[in-house]
Amino acid sequence: MAEVFWPPQGSASLLGGEHNRIDGLAKCIGSAKYAYDVVPDNMLVASALSCPHAHATIRAIDLNAARNMAGVVAVEPLKKEGDEIRWEGDLVAVVAGETEAAVAEGLAAIKIEYEVLDHFVDDTDLDAATEANVTRPAGRNTQLQNRDEDADQEFERLFNEAAVTFEGHYGINVITHMCLETHGSTCESQGDKLVSHLSTQNVSGTPGQIAGPIGLTAQDVTVHCDYIGGGFGSKFAADAWGVTCAQLARNTGRPVKYMLTRSQELKNAGNRPSGFLRAKIAADKDGFVTAWDSAHWGTNGTSGAPVSQGVIPYVFNPPNRRRVATGIRTNTSPARAWRAPNHPQGCAITQTAYDDVARHLGLDSYDVFLRNLSTVGERAPIYEDQMKLAAKLMDWKAKWHPHGKGGQDGSVVSGLGMAIHTWGGGPHASRATCKIHPDGGVEIFLGSQDLGTGTRTVIGLVVAETLGLELEQVSVQIGLSEYPSSGPSGGSTTVGGVSESTRRAATAALNLLLTKVAPRLEADANQLEAVGGKIQIQGNQNRNISWKEACGQIGISPIEAQGEYAPRVTYPRNYDGKRLTDNGVAGVQMAEVAVDTETGVVKMKKFVAVQDIGLIINRKTARSQIYGAAIMGIAYALFEERIMDKATGAFVNAELADYKLPRLGDTGEIVVELYEPESEYNRGVIGLGEPPVISPGAAISNAVCNALGKRVSVLPITPQRVLEAISGGA
Amino acid sequence: MSNKHVISLELNGDAVEFLCEPRQTLLEVLRDILHLTGTKEGCSNGNCGACTVLFNGRPVVSCLVLAMECEDAKIRTIEGVACDGALDEIQNAFLEGAALQCGICTPGFIVQAQALLDENPNPSEDEIRFYLAGNLCRCTGYDKIVRAVQAAAEQRRAATTAG
Repeated sequence: MAEVFWPPQGSASLLGGEHNRIDGLAKCIGSAKYAYDVVPDNMLVASALSCPHAHATIRAIDLNAARNMAGVVAVEPLKKEGDEIRWEGDLVAVVAGETEAAVAEGLAAIKIEYEVLDHFVDDTDLDAATEANVTRPAGRNTQLQNRDEDADQEFERLFNEAAVTFEGHYGINVITHMCLETHGSTCESQGDKLVSHLSTQNVSGTPGQIAGPIGLTAQDVTVHCDYIGGGFGSKFAADAWGVTCAQLARNTGRPVKYMLTRSQELKNAGNRPSGFLRAKIAADKDGFVTAWDSAHWGTNGTSGAPVSQGVIPYVFNPPNRRRVATGIRTNTSPARAWRAPNHPQGCAITQTAYDDVARHLGLDSYDVFLRNLSTVGERAPIYEDQMKLAAKLMDWKAKWHPHGKGGQDGSVVSGLGMAIHTWGGGPHASRATCKIHPDGGVEIFLGSQDLGTGTRTVIGLVVAETLGLELEQVSVQIGLSEYPSSGPSGGSTTVGGVSESTRRAATAALNLLLTKVAPRLEADANQLEAVGGKIQIQGNQNRNISWKEACGQIGISPIEAQGEYAPRVTYPRNYDGKRLTDNGVAGVQMAEVAVDTETGVVKMKKFVAVQDIGLIINRKTARSQIYGAAIMGIAYALFEERIMDKATGAFVNAELADYKLPRLGDTGEIVVELYEPESEYNRGVIGLGEPPVISPGAAISNAVCNALGKRVSVLPITPQRVLEAISGGA
Repeated sequence: MSNKHVISLELNGDAVEFLCEPRQTLLEVLRDILHLTGTKEGCSNGNCGACTVLFNGRPVVSCLVLAMECEDAKIRTIEGVACDGALDEIQNAFLEGAALQCGICTPGFIVQAQALLDENPNPSEDEIRFYLAGNLCRCTGYDKIVRAVQAAAEQRRAATTAG
């Protein structure tokens, strides 16, 4: 019978190969249908009115004029009199109409009277926030080698005895998810049933969210999402707009499309919390950090939570450490999970401080990171290995110069920086059903979704590998909530979850087939294997029958088998037993930049990313994930940020014309290296979406610091901040 | 209905007529009236390139073109890039080179690259990066997109030489 565990490294037929996406063709010819491409007959369009104030209460709201407007079919309030608006751009009411023009006129006819209240949107200044009484304690934690000593006295002693002691300020601003397809859906009411073509990262989890508020039960709602134009952690929920679209479809009996505008998207549908930190750091002469004393703050919107204490400092765990966290409540929309929640900010505001150890001591940053690996735990040898690999690819040793002491080409200086990261990437719960038809057809069904990461192709490859077929012989069915439920795609949990459930389902289906075929080959089912489109006696190619012929033995009903994965306890690092999936990876990234000291412009010259991900299923899409993450990292390191106007509380750059993102000419050379020794392969499949997006901020900031000899404290490193750092000393 | 106008144009090689309002963009007409949803909407103000189509051979962002400006024009969308059931070299290079992820920006990039290679069959890497700078990929596949356009250009030149 077929073995459920993966074949040994180097012996798989398809796993680890270079495979095209099975949905690539549809995307290249324009036939891939996203939620906003679904256009049923007789469809209404809907759009929302946003509040122009950052903080207000609604005194009165009058929707009658809008309801009476020609072409307007329905108006749905999202807020009522007395409700408090807590950020600019919050959605107040939705109008559905025959055309976009009618909807626009309907929105303009809505009359709302606001009582404007005081607002606070500045997350950068902890003192100002304290004075405005919008802070809240978010934890403090002290760790001392000499546990019995008084913390203040012990830190004072450590700072006095250190080879170097310095204070630093670091920060990273709020960014948005900026999904190119905005949030929204097209809903069709069908009697007592409802179909929501929802742009979602969570096909299996959203029917219940839609059903309750509109008076249906989850089994009456089908969520469908074949393709999604970006999510990055912001599309797990059906959201108010998804529910309202469903409600409008139910109320009008007509299909309704309701997508957020770009501005509404940025103001409501996802952002990543900011992080700012003041730290006092002590290190020995070799750059080993002996004491870390920090206060950090930031905002996740109205609830006011900073980044987690657990990422301060990031990856490194100095022997003596004190950290105090403070949250700032701002009149800004609530944050959502953004690739690797907490980690990019933690990395950006603390591994910059580790680089400053090198700067203050005149040491090579590589050596300082290496020296501190003794504090990172069991993955230290992997980091060391990856650092060597990355340094070779970057030609680090040849290019290195002490901070601020490199040559100058006109007004341009160059520099190197690095950072390291970690992530879980363990699998989410997942169920799969595999069908083998009597005509040889194979189908696999999962209530999962493909965000562009290649999930569809991964599932197909696992089935094909298991059944000894080609990828093209497998029909992969995902994107529908009616299929066996699978977890939301976030936190790099998908590829592990779907690989495990798919492998188990396909193996179970194959074993049923082998039982049926065994008499024909006059063998025991335990002796059979599926290889190269045939069922054969193990190791004996001469005794076989073709796949199609084998499936002819099934009878009239297809074979159907289920596979399931339910989360379990993480395997210990030294576990050497067989497994399909695991959790926990390491990665190292290095950046080389050129900085024009006259204009403040930073140009990426080269970026190296070394990443372990366990067993690689599709090398082509795995590499794409890392390229994409590196460029998204370049984006938040050098370009993008949410800009809030303190006076009005407005998000002033909430359009693509004003929200700066890198373009093709801004990214430089990118080198991706998949780290895959046998020890990591044997751990099985581990998710990849998050880890490579963590380090770019710190690595690029450190490279800029190495070039200038001065720290640009806050990301993104805009020309203005570079020029301020140059003129401001430090 | 009196404010609607009949527009005639050539769309992906076919003669097409449609009714539109003066305020409607070419993007709206393509997607909502003609149901050609391969052309994507990303920003509606000309900053993402997702809605790029060819207008008399030149790339334009269709969200900034009024449908009424298209009378007698030759419009080519992503649906018209493949010929006789065969992928264009650029589409093939995007597929083979994994130059796409979520795919929402892909049609715009392919159409823009089409214009580039029609205009300049042998672009340098810098020229590719400059010409495609109006197209945004958030996922982001920039590096592989550049490689794919290079590969497509090479393939086209080889085909021309062989032909």
